Amino acid sequence: MTTEVGSASEVKKESDQLGADATKEKPKEAAENQQNQSSDLEEEKDSQSSPSAKSQSSTQRQKRQKDPSESRGISRFIPPWLKKQKSYNLVVAKDGGDKREPTQAVVEEQVLDKEESLPEEERQAKGDAEEAAQRKQQVIKVDIEEEKPSVSSPETQPAEEVRKEEREEEKVKEIQEDKSEEAAKRETKEVQTNELNAEKAVQKATKKTKSVQCKVTLLDGTEYSCDLEKRAKGQVLFDKVCEHLNLLEKDYFGLSFQESPEQKNWLDPAKQIKRQLRNLPWLFTFNVKFYPPDPSQLTEDITRYFLCLQLRQDIASGRLPCSFVTHALLGSYTLQAELGDYDPEEHASHDLSDFQFAPSQTKELEEKVVELHKTHRGLSPAQADSQFLENAKRLSMYGVDLHHAKDSEGVDIKLGVCANGLLIYKDRLRINRFAWPKILKISYKRSNFYIKVRPAELEQFESTIGFKLPNHRAAKRLWKVCVEHHTFYRLVSPEQPPKAKFLTLGSKFRYSGRTQAQTRQASTLIDRPAPHFERTSSKRASRILDGALVGVVDQSLTKDSPGPGEVSAYGRGVVSTAIVQDGDGRRDLRSPTKAPHVHLIEGKKNSLRVEGDNIYVRHSNLMLEDLDKAQEDILKHQASISELKRNFMESTPEPRPNEWEKRRITPLSLQIQGRKGDHLFKDILSMTEKHQMAATRTVEEKAQAADKKRAPESEGPCAGASDAVKSSHETLNVVEEKKQAEVGKDERVITEEMNGKELSPGSGPGDIRKVEPLTQKDSTSLSSESSSSSESEEEDVGEYRPHHRVTEGTIKEEQEEDEEEVEEEPSQASQVVEREAAVPEASPDRHAGASVSAVETVTQEHVVALNIPAEKSVHEGAFKQDVSEDTEDEQHKVNGEVSHVDIDVLPQIICCSEPPVVKTEMVTISDASQRTEISTKEVPIVQTETKTITYESPQIDGGAAGDSGTLLTAQTITSDSVSTTTTTHITKTIKGGISETRIEKRIVITGDTDIDHDQALAQAIREAREQHPDMSVTRVVVHKETELDEGEE
Amino acid sequence: MGTPGEGLGRCSHALIRGVPESLASGEGAGAGLPALDLAKAQREHGVLGGKLRQRLGLQLLELPPEESLPLGPLLGDTAVIQGDTALITRPWSPARRPEVTPGGAGGHPRLQGRSGVRMSRARSSRPKVDGVRKALQDLGLRIVEMADENATLDGTDVLFTGREFFVGLSKWTNHRGAEIVADTFRDFAVSTVPVSSPCHLRSFCGMGGPRTVVAGSSDAAQKAVRAMAVLTDHPYASLTLPDDAAADCLFLRPGLPGVLPFLLHRGGGDLPNSQEALQKLSDVTLVPVSCSELEKAGAGLSSLCLVLSTRPHS
Repeated sequence: MTTEVGSASEVKKESDQLGADATKEKPKEAAENQQNQSSDLEEEKDSQSSPSAKSQSSTQRQKRQKDPSESRGISRFIPPWLKKQKSYNLVVAKDGGDKREPTQAVVEEQVLDKEESLPEEERQAKGDAEEAAQRKQQVIKVDIEEEKPSVSSPETQPAEEVRKEEREEEKVKEIQEDKSEEAAKRETKEVQTNELNAEKAVQKATKKTKSVQCKVTLLDGTEYSCDLEKRAKGQVLFDKVCEHLNLLEKDYFGLSFQESPEQKNWLDPAKQIKRQLRNLPWLFTFNVKFYPPDPSQLTEDITRYFLCLQLRQDIASGRLPCSFVTHALLGSYTLQAELGDYDPEEHASHDLSDFQFAPSQTKELEEKVVELHKTHRGLSPAQADSQFLENAKRLSMYGVDLHHAKDSEGVDIKLGVCANGLLIYKDRLRINRFAWPKILKISYKRSNFYIKVRPAELEQFESTIGFKLPNHRAAKRLWKVCVEHHTFYRLVSPEQPPKAKFLTLGSKFRYSGRTQAQTRQASTLIDRPAPHFERTSSKRASRILDGALVGVVDQSLTKDSPGPGEVSAYGRGVVSTAIVQDGDGRRDLRSPTKAPHVHLIEGKKNSLRVEGDNIYVRHSNLMLEDLDKAQEDILKHQASISELKRNFMESTPEPRPNEWEKRRITPLSLQIQGRKGDHLFKDILSMTEKHQMAATRTVEEKAQAADKKRAPESEGPCAGASDAVKSSHETLNVVEEKKQAEVGKDERVITEEMNGKELSPGSGPGDIRKVEPLTQKDSTSLSSESSSSSESEEEDVGEYRPHHRVTEGTIKEEQEEDEEEVEEEPSQASQVVEREAAVPEASPDRHAGASVSAVETVTQEHVVALNIPAEKSVHEGAFKQDVSEDTEDEQHKVNGEVSHVDIDVLPQIICCSEPPVVKTEMVTISDASQRTEISTKEVPIVQTETKTITYESPQIDGGAAGDSGTLLTAQTITSDSVSTTTTTHITKTIKGGISETRIEKRIVITGDTDIDHDQALAQAIREAREQHPDMSVTRVVVHKETELDEGEE
Repeated sequence: MGTPGEGLGRCSHALIRGVPESLASGEGAGAGLPALDLAKAQREHGVLGGKLRQRLGLQLLELPPEESLPLGPLLGDTAVIQGDTALITRPWSPARRPEVTPGGAGGHPRLQGRSGVRMSRARSSRPKVDGVRKALQDLGLRIVEMADENATLDGTDVLFTGREFFVGLSKWTNHRGAEIVADTFRDFAVSTVPVSSPCHLRSFCGMGGPRTVVAGSSDAAQKAVRAMAVLTDHPYASLTLPDDAAADCLFLRPGLPGVLPFLLHRGGGDLPNSQEALQKLSDVTLVPVSCSELEKAGAGLSSLCLVLSTRPHS
């Protein structure tokens, strides 16, 4: 049986190359699996694939060594590339089989897999045949691969591996010892785990479904269980549950899991469940996530019923405090809904202690409940529920999600996130409130949570208010809840309206569901007979009095309207009027109250303080100017936005079914794509015209130097790398946005480039560019930012600090969830790749590369780009200076830039930085010098594997440094075919009398495993050459993104 | 609970307490207060009671004056009533504690000079000090006590808007006191509002209607209003009156069907400048009363009477 052969050989190698550690590990596993022999095999693979992740880094290292010998002339680089691509894989595979490490991370992974494999084992018999087939495939693949590594440099491998192994172990130990930084530690571990997963998955060419049993506690206390594919995303489970519940208006609900007794996390529907749970059991509770401010607007009774159930829980648990009377009243509606009309005989037999009306239920309360119950005679269950909700919704804590925190003085407070904004409580008292329109930015850093609020009436600067959360995860959770609530309640759609596209800046996490506006629209389309459902204990329906129930006027809806009219009536003579209103940002400006307990800091000063002085001192010209403009823009922007919002809040949105359907579909399709697109390749080819001047050579040298320098750094703790990744992602977003702007508005871009200066304020997306000190050509200018961040990050890795990276100005989400959505992965990946390349002495070419990857991010697919790296930048000079400064400052600077953009964007900005999730590898081959740079750094991998290989042509002479030419034209052409999307960006510039045409092609090859990417790439390059016979290819960047299968055996 | 805002001003009963001679006879003067014309003060008080009973149609309960409690007429400081619940406060001034001490315990006559505003001396050796509590209890309200020794609360630092409470953190009311308000009236948001001037929250603001906050034009008043605007989830219009004291008005809805609610306010004799502005309030019947003499003892409309509904939920 092929399977056995495969595993046997692996085992053999294992014992050969590994010491006692491995053998120790093995019996243990065997013991654990003895019950089920067939599962033993699976287990084996699990454990073997895990180490392979570890070996990934060593592989990369080897690769660096190997590559020099492998590098060929650029003339041949296309065919070799194909080969190389393969050999790379081989090495990985082989290592995977070769090595095993008993590090903690590995052990964890094993345990995890074991748990998950249990249900699978139960079904083993059924799926056996299928499984066998799959394994066969896999084994075959391994076999093929194993031949080639021996070709490359087999001898060096073991030694390298051993060394690497030791390093890894050290790292783990280091981490374990670092108890003071618990969060960091956790992150690091996660990261490793993910690396393992991802790596394991990479070995599996075929998909196999492995399912896990989930249990979901429903609102009525019953349990729903189902089997899910192990890699299923949260949405899958959620949809199943809603289907089970027959619930259509599901956007108000969510699934949560208990991380610890006091910490409840929402399951992100867009992410894999497994990654969110880590090794927690697959137990969830179905809960209301967004409490509808006006339940009467819900379309279906069944939705209201579930909301009632949630509120009953909230009340009974004390989360929703009520007075005695309200407890009694709500209890009486509960009785009416569940038992029907009061019936003395029947109720005599009812034990009211079965119901929990209040956290502590007294006889007096029960009597009062019964007394009130009698008065509800005639209400149908649905009516009783409605009455229940009408009363419950007015409770001050209705829909308020409380988070414990401390203010800047260490006083215990609670932060309440609700539909309208953020509430600050001390004890039970509300001491401050920040309506969403007033909040400019939400961020967190370590365990601190910050909000930046609009300046009050007489103030000039924004204030940043910081709160201390119990820990990092709590801070992130709060941040996420804020992001979600804001999006749900305040935005029309979760996607950025064109005008507000910068909203995406700096943050990866987004609320991906429908907003309240959308779900309301969707609800209007519900066209089904009211579903029958049984209330928990309703055995009989009470008689319905038609028309007995008078609709309750929803005052919350009209809350924004009364002000102005009334006021104008008074506003004359001695009588002055003011509107006390919460809905609108501009009106809020009139109320500059600060709660005494909250520490207020003036915005700019604060950032200086927090981020270290250097950044603003050094870059003051740049930064401050930008800031000012940014503020102007913000105001304008906000004006329009708040206008929008007000409209939104005040008027019921017109039904636009197609609109929401579309929005609904978009994220879904992305998810799906992520799930099944096992192999995403990003391939970038660059071509340059001959007279073009680019500093490739210099660049290469620098890169090399940097590589050497970086070598030790790459061994730094993973978390360090993770920081880098996070930050770079931030920047990436910026770039992405810009790119979009450019593509969409070539004309403006041109103008801008010609001027060589920033756009005038207020010109929209282009504004961002002013962040950059110098003139650059379109995509180049984009890339400069991203690579600048890269640089700093790069250094940061060496200087690792657990969470250091977030400056106040930029908010990043610190992602402790190990992976991001698939859509996001590529962006991270590509960014990281560029970072690897971008040495401190960042060179123009690198910038170009960065820009490409940014584009890739946008498209989120595979890209082949023909890129003319003619960019040289004044900018570069600036960077070089900076490089000599310490890492921190660099980083600050970068962050600062991002933050500007942030400000520009929207009042509610949400930025975040994420921990490492991506493994990347950068291979640079320069034909001219026959030098090959391979810099690798392992950053924990998550879902995607990204490889970027850059080929640079020798023809490029390095003289480009200095000024940028005058841009003549820029155009972008996009064409699509079945599996590829080609974006051609042509830029013509004049530099020193020489005209230069840069054609940058991005060819995105998307596809499943069936597609031969290599073939497609070769074809793409061929075509590119054919199309531009008079041009030379100067740069080929192949960016490959693979979504890794995991959870397969 | 009713519709939001609807609960505001619902009332069937009013409770007042007669003006004792002790209010005018020396204690006030000793504290630097202008001498009080007792007869005038009593006359004002009588007119107020008459308006509550006759003009508004409320059941009026008048507690007899208690000489030991010179500030007894200011019973608005001693209780916060919402719905069926009455929170008996713990006034900051120890001299006034006997007003809320059950059964008169701890009501030993003492000379007080600390407040400077409300200095008084109880004379009677057996004060009937539990009048307010007992009266409210007899009316069927749930009585909630403030047991916490650290809490201080004057009832006139509490503004109920119909949807939420604002508690002024003033010279007389501290955070703990406000917290107990929040604990007592759990259905409602209770926000704290810093009060900068040496007065109670209610002495410069009130409700002119379910959605209208009325405030004086002093800095303290405007500051407080802005604070409330930030803190509230609900939209209120705000009407600014020239005189702070004019904003201390009572929005009352005795519940007669088809009858406009009433706004009991300081009349033109007291505060002529604010009358025109008050006319802007729509949908209320203005009922002017005067209490310029009682004002010298720190009284305002909100402190001179307690209104309540015995059937708040019907």
